[in-house]
Amino acid sequence: MTDLLWILIALPLTGAFINIVFGKRIGEPLAGWLGFVLVGSAWAIAVVPTLGLLTGSGTPETIYLFSWIPVVGADAAILWDPLSALLTMIVTGVGALIHLYSIGYMHGDERFARFFGYLNLFIASMLILVLASNYAVMFIGWELVGLSSYLLISFWFKKPSAAAAGKKAFIVNRIGDWGFLVALMIIFASFGTFDFGVIFTTAPVVLTTGAATAITLLLFLGATGKSAQIPLYIWLPDAMEGPTPVSALIHAATMVTAGVFMMARSAVLFELAPISGVTIAVIGGATALLAAVIAVTQMDIKKVLAYSTISQLGYMVMGVGVGAYSAGVFHLSTHAFFKALLFLGAGSVIHGMADEQDMRKMGGLRKAMPVTFVTMTVGWLAISGIFPFSGFWSKDEILAATFQRGGPWLILWAVGILAALLTAFYMTRLYVLTFLGKPRWAEGTEPHESPWTMTLPLAVLAVAAVIFGVFNTPARLAFEHFLEPSFALISHAEPLDLPLAAVLALFALVVAIGGIAWSWFRYNRDELPVEEGGFWQRGLNGFAVDDLYGRVIVEPGKKVCEWFADSVDPKGIDGVSHGIAQGVRTAGDGLKTLQSGQVRSYAGGIAIGAVVLILAVLALGGGF
Amino acid sequence: MGELIVFIIFATVALVSAIGMVLAKNPVYSAIGLLGAMFSIAVLYVLLDAHFVAAVQVIVYAGAVMTLFLFVIMLIGVDNREAYGPAVPAQRIMTAVVSIGLFAAIVLAGRAAWITGSNAFGTPDLNGTIENVSDELFGTWTVVFLSTVMLLTIAALGTIALAYFGTDVPDEEATL
Amino acid sequence: MTLTISWFLILAAALFSIGVAGVLIRRNALVMFMSIELMLNSVNLTFVAVSRELGLIEGQVAALFVMVVAAAEVTIGLAIIVAVFRRKASANVDELAELRG
Repeated sequence: MTDLLWILIALPLTGAFINIVFGKRIGEPLAGWLGFVLVGSAWAIAVVPTLGLLTGSGTPETIYLFSWIPVVGADAAILWDPLSALLTMIVTGVGALIHLYSIGYMHGDERFARFFGYLNLFIASMLILVLASNYAVMFIGWELVGLSSYLLISFWFKKPSAAAAGKKAFIVNRIGDWGFLVALMIIFASFGTFDFGVIFTTAPVVLTTGAATAITLLLFLGATGKSAQIPLYIWLPDAMEGPTPVSALIHAATMVTAGVFMMARSAVLFELAPISGVTIAVIGGATALLAAVIAVTQMDIKKVLAYSTISQLGYMVMGVGVGAYSAGVFHLSTHAFFKALLFLGAGSVIHGMADEQDMRKMGGLRKAMPVTFVTMTVGWLAISGIFPFSGFWSKDEILAATFQRGGPWLILWAVGILAALLTAFYMTRLYVLTFLGKPRWAEGTEPHESPWTMTLPLAVLAVAAVIFGVFNTPARLAFEHFLEPSFALISHAEPLDLPLAAVLALFALVVAIGGIAWSWFRYNRDELPVEEGGFWQRGLNGFAVDDLYGRVIVEPGKKVCEWFADSVDPKGIDGVSHGIAQGVRTAGDGLKTLQSGQVRSYAGGIAIGAVVLILAVLALGGGF
Repeated sequence: MGELIVFIIFATVALVSAIGMVLAKNPVYSAIGLLGAMFSIAVLYVLLDAHFVAAVQVIVYAGAVMTLFLFVIMLIGVDNREAYGPAVPAQRIMTAVVSIGLFAAIVLAGRAAWITGSNAFGTPDLNGTIENVSDELFGTWTVVFLSTVMLLTIAALGTIALAYFGTDVPDEEATL
Repeated sequence: MTLTISWFLILAAALFSIGVAGVLIRRNALVMFMSIELMLNSVNLTFVAVSRELGLIEGQVAALFVMVVAAAEVTIGLAIIVAVFRRKASANVDELAELRG
């Protein structure tokens, strides 16, 4: 059964090929259904082996496909273990739902089939990434994910902002990719192979703490690019220029989790580098807080969700940093469901409001869009961390793991609690401004509920967002047990005592409810609060981080490039090439007189040359 | 002693014919000079016990090649136009220096390495009869021999091509 | 005085040098060509003489191959001369200087 897992990758890849090459002929909506069916089949195929792992009838294994670069231990092989199975299920499952949703959302787009080709390509890339059994193949998936992300963000490339956003995402990600690549080089220099199995079993012997720290920090740099952490998170808010399903699929559920997944996969290496762990946890916490603060001030419904995603990714990274890998991955899974739900819900709202994204011009959509309203309610409660929705369980687990470390880590725990408070606040703000209160619609807007292809995925995701959390409660750590084979090589912290865990969870719940209440009373009234102070302006602008990068990095970079273009290129490089050309021309002018056209002068040259050669040989050989 | 006399006679004939060939104003005389040199060399081959090579020398060179030369001379007319251009003294001096220098250099180079006659004449242990030569030619060098067959075929084809396509040349020039 | 191989070799060198001189001073393509033939003959003489001295028949075989090549060369060379003559009505190589730089 498992030896057919390559079909998982082959199916969406086939879809990508067909839709990109023949898409125009297939047309709408068949291209969309093709993409949906292929990804859905991949999900269906993955179910059985995943259940096998779940029930214990199957074991983690490496499925060899073909030899690629054997000297570096890079075979095309699939590593099928609980971690990759989980990610496969999320990627194909959420991916299939988003394909279905896109059939409705992208209706009427002139490049309809092309869109599904890119989506399929993305799914295939992501599967290559999560199913890789060595770093080389993982890197290929990593780069392909970056490529398809670029294609999808700038899908509406006729809009200059979309083209610029795609470029920005790509370039910022390349900085992270550089870190990943250098980490891979160090790994290869240390181990002589890229194979996960060899690396993870021999790492404690081979790596010194310094080498492990270098590798893990560079890997983390890669993760900050893909998973949008400080300092490389700036591409994600801009990426909202892409179609909303793209935001849901890539920038909420799957691609941004690649960094977290990669760090979880490399958990053994991170265990060897305590300094990296601290760095990662601190950056994760800081990202969670900063992004939450910015999210509070945003007016664009998608921007709120974008910063929210960055914030939630900060939680996951924090979980990895404190060594709670399964908690991080658990939050990754729950987040994939409820954030995809929120994004798709927001897409549905935007769709119904005729492409209006400003929350100040919404309100009162509760009646116009009932299904969207109900499902968004679930998503809102889940991300805010309300019992018993999934966000409550997963966020709580990360916070508990941080609390458990004690000492200075308590500061990080407090940051996490603060971010949770803000999360509840801004999500309630979004929810209230959009669905409750009086309509503040622009004139002529007539909101309508979306077609069933869009609401059905919402419903499915809402169910998942409700129940998924129950898989891993402090009382019954089913999820952690499931993931155990993937983290077998690292030590596990003892779970917290149940009473203490319950107290912490209760505290977090109270904080969340407090945040919701505060926001509810602030926004659920006829007169909206005036938000024009310095804080709001700066927050709306993302605290000018983009400008800072622009001044500190981009402008000096441009100056250097201009200097090269204006001075080095014309004077140095052109000078050399022109000089060579001029020299050749001068030499040719001088030498062409030798080309007299007189056969006899050539013959004379040969004869003289023969004499000189003979004499030279004699002189050198001592023949005289 | 007899051999030495024969050598001196024919070496002299060869040298004189060669010099005559170079200096004769009329190409026909040059051809006759070359003919003399080749005959002399054929005699020297006999002296060296290379009977078969001597025979080929007479048949191929003195026969076929020289006939060809004379034929071409007849075809394009005895061309004295060379005399029209003024003789350049510097050219002649240069030529003398170079050719004498070359001769000197060869002699100088060969002097130390030259075989000094360990096999005196009159005690030949090598006989260049047809049998001996053909043993070698068709034994060791069969493939090379066959490739010369191809070479001659190609040369014949080339000549035909030159003669055939060469006729269009004036027309081509007219169109240029 | 006995006849040794050196005599032949010196004669061959002299003939070769005369051939070189012929190529250098003559402007008639036919005579230049004859001079080249003379040079080839002198080399053949060297081959045969050394073959006799060393007792190796290969020298004579080499001379035969040189003759074959020379024959091929003569046919092609004379054909070229005829072709040139048809175009230029001259066998004077000094007039064939179109490739002057």
